[in-house]
Amino acid sequence: MKLLYFAWVRQKIGKSEETLQLPEGISTIAALVDHLRTLGSGYADAFADFKRLRAAANQVHAGFDATITDTDEIAFFPPVTGG
Amino acid sequence: MKTRIVIQHEPFDLGREVGDLSREGVGAIATFTGHVRAEEGLEALILEHYPGMTEREIARHAEEAARRWTLLGVTVIHRVGELKPGDPIVLVAVAAAHRGDAFAACEFLMDQVKTQATFWKQQRRGGETVWLGLKPADDKRAERWK
Repeated sequence: MKLLYFAWVRQKIGKSEETLQLPEGISTIAALVDHLRTLGSGYADAFADFKRLRAAANQVHAGFDATITDTDEIAFFPPVTGG
Repeated sequence: MKTRIVIQHEPFDLGREVGDLSREGVGAIATFTGHVRAEEGLEALILEHYPGMTEREIARHAEEAARRWTLLGVTVIHRVGELKPGDPIVLVAVAAAHRGDAFAACEFLMDQVKTQATFWKQQRRGGETVWLGLKPADDKRAERWK
């Protein structure tokens, strides 16, 4: 799957995108976040607080309970501020 | 309905965009232009976005606007990159046969761009950058349309 990070999520993780093989048994964005947290201190910091995070699945806003598969593009970012 | 959605670094030309929306049947074109508010000590506003999703998200709200009001054209142009205080940052222009539809859809679209479109902003003051969050007042404005 393709993972994208924006704004301070990108800064904390240190990259804007990466490809990840979705581990067995992970089927929701929340479970993916739990997995990503284990990948290093930058990830742990970026994903420390669900309330400060938003997600999108295949370029559509998604809740953390959304179901995901290995072919998805999943993005993580802070609440948006346009205009 | 004619829809034009553009994310760009360059400034936009309000007159040209209004001209492009003008055609047979159009009796009203409402436009909103957002500018970087000049504040004490503010050096720059730096914007990034999610290419692809931003355009899709705005297009979705333009379709929703066209279901709610009778519209003939929608143009949304949003700038990204580094902007200075006073710079124009966003343009929403809506063409309709009548002004009621144009005014309402223009305000609706701007509220959705503010709260749903995938942009993020940093302010630079004294050489230091800080990420900006969404103001509760913006969420409240967007809630009115639900």
